Amino acid sequence: MTAGWVIAIVLAIGAVAWFFAVNRAHLQLKSVRGAGGQPMHSLPGYHGWLAFLSATLPALFVYVALSWGGLTLTENHIASGIAPTITQPAERGLAVGIVHQVMAALDSLALDVPPATYADLKLAAAAKNLLLPDTGTDDMLPLALEASKTAATTRLLAAIAAIALSALGAVVAIARIRPRLRARNQVEAVIFTALIGASVVAVLTTVGIVLSMLGETLRFFSSVDPFSFFFGTVWDPRFAAAGSSGDQGQFGLIPLLAGTLYIAFVALLVAVPVGLMAAIYMGEYASARTRQTVKPLLELLAGIPTIVYGIFAMVTLGPFLRDLSAALAGGEPFIQAQSVFTAGLVMGIMLIPVVSSLSDDVITAVPRAMRDGSLALGATRSETVSRVILPAALPGIVGAILLTASRAIGETMIVVLAAGVAARLSLNPFEAMTTITVKIVNQLTGDLEFNSPQTLVAFALGLTLFALTLGMNVYALYVVRKYREQYE
Amino acid sequence: MSLDTTVETAEPVLHPKMQGDKVSVFYSGKQALFDVSLRIGANQVTSLIGPSGCGKSTFLRSLNRMNDTIDGCRVAGKITLDDEDIYDPDIDVVELRARVGMVFQKPNPFPKSIYENVAYGPRIHGIARGRAELDEIVHSSLRRAGLWNEVKDRLAEPGTGLSGGQQQRLCIARAIATRPEVLLMDEPCSALDPIATAVIEELIDELRENFTIVIVTHSMQQAARVSQKTAFFHLGKLIEEGRTEDIFTNPRNKQTQDYITGRIG
Repeated sequence: MTAGWVIAIVLAIGAVAWFFAVNRAHLQLKSVRGAGGQPMHSLPGYHGWLAFLSATLPALFVYVALSWGGLTLTENHIASGIAPTITQPAERGLAVGIVHQVMAALDSLALDVPPATYADLKLAAAAKNLLLPDTGTDDMLPLALEASKTAATTRLLAAIAAIALSALGAVVAIARIRPRLRARNQVEAVIFTALIGASVVAVLTTVGIVLSMLGETLRFFSSVDPFSFFFGTVWDPRFAAAGSSGDQGQFGLIPLLAGTLYIAFVALLVAVPVGLMAAIYMGEYASARTRQTVKPLLELLAGIPTIVYGIFAMVTLGPFLRDLSAALAGGEPFIQAQSVFTAGLVMGIMLIPVVSSLSDDVITAVPRAMRDGSLALGATRSETVSRVILPAALPGIVGAILLTASRAIGETMIVVLAAGVAARLSLNPFEAMTTITVKIVNQLTGDLEFNSPQTLVAFALGLTLFALTLGMNVYALYVVRKYREQYE
Repeated sequence: MSLDTTVETAEPVLHPKMQGDKVSVFYSGKQALFDVSLRIGANQVTSLIGPSGCGKSTFLRSLNRMNDTIDGCRVAGKITLDDEDIYDPDIDVVELRARVGMVFQKPNPFPKSIYENVAYGPRIHGIARGRAELDEIVHSSLRRAGLWNEVKDRLAEPGTGLSGGQQQRLCIARAIATRPEVLLMDEPCSALDPIATAVIEELIDELRENFTIVIVTHSMQQAARVSQKTAFFHLGKLIEEGRTEDIFTNPRNKQTQDYITGRIG
């Protein structure tokens, strides 16, 4: 019986339970009204939903748990059945994979009498366009058959348990219906739990991501000294040929960090003044109608996928700046097509709407009374902005800039296309530099196994980036919250 | 100069500092004020009374063109300050507001120090030459606003940390530091307790010596206590104006009588 059927049956039982519960509650309601006693605590609908929930929720939980248990049991069965002569963990993993393929082949062939040897099975499967690896052995056949049997048995048990529990839940819920049963409160409690669960998912996901990255990072640090990672100034992760040992290359974070911060700095240099002035214009000068037009237009910029910005930087702006600098210098261009400057400029353009929209919120949050007070003293608009509005909004604006900076640091596609891949330390903004995100992409591109420092370093880089942006976001939120206290 | 004949007028004001002539105000095409003509005497306190939405605040805000800051607001008619039309295109609105200061309903000190709050106007208008003179302006403004003794030891502390009544006196000090000729007050005591209100009312009476004051108030007792002249507005129209004691003891218009005896409003 497939999972889809089990769920459908459980839901059907729930629907029937709902129907009977509502009917029973209606009857009780009628008799209570007739007797003129205390009224029903809950409306019949609530009794119906309580019955539905009690018929479905525990059953589905038990079904998932038992299925999970059955899966683990089957896997254990296969793992312990692999010939003890195979010792290498990687090869054992491969053998388990083949057993799974054999199980699938047997399943889809659906023979009355299973083939005697692996070669027979391979032949029969090939006739149905199923390809099996050459490395399988004969002892895998009985193992696959047994494992299939275990899997089928546990699946059946799980299905029976779920349906039985569902029916039991339905009967108990319907039998419990009394005029004073607080079905309404119990339904409320279920909804409350569901809502909490939804918010916990987001938090748990973050925790899970960090933990999984942490595990891989620790594996990386078991082969590379953390000190040489965090303070190394040379990035040279040689992709050693498989099997060769010794020289692993150098994993110095400093050049990547420098490139990341440098490009983010250039981007902020572009985005903050322009975005802030746009926000001041929209918040203080523009009429309501202009604001309604300009603001969405500006925020449209934020909707452009960053890869499009990256293509623009690589195909249009980079070559243009290179040719322009060649013309200016009269010969050799001093701006390279891929450079910190190009990447920062384009990233800055991308971040303008982020800065302007965040600061606009902060600026319009300054009470109107402040503006009126200043204007009534004979101040001009720009005097009001520079002497009253901006000082009052400053903490919020700083918070907005920090949030923008963490966006700039984590940005990937623009720098991949426009900043270059050369990991070097330089102060010249017209040369190529690279960033943490670019190197993560580089290290993980291609068909790789996650067991060498060359690939594991990506997790260390990712975790560093995460820590960096998390720190900035936390500080930004702290600053913004502190600012809010001023007016309330 | 034709005063609207439907408005009942007592003795004319001898030295009108400001004068409104058939002033109408529209918000996005909707008329809020209808042909209001009113003279505001120099060194007098003129109070504007009337039920909510009667247009008294609108009239007050058109006296220093604060209505300009509202989108879709249009003013028709003529308002003069010392016989100069303040809506004339040649008039600089920034300069006008320096001459006609305003105190708002809710105290609105800037999130700056007490000193900086008062020094704000003198600084932007370049009134003081040098630090010593600025100090003098700040100190005397605080003294005239009756706040000096309470804040003289903590001028560097934020103005937002004062109590409501103190904040409002700080706003008055801030307004008079710019040395305006006219001071507009929009329900300056409505957010204050009775004791703070009494302090402000006393202050208004003292300030009359140097300034021309127009005050909007919801409290008829307050109008009676602080003003020499009272104007009663109803539904965007000026119904009656005259000496305060006449308005309160012997109103000539039925609507005025109804309002001050509490039958409408």
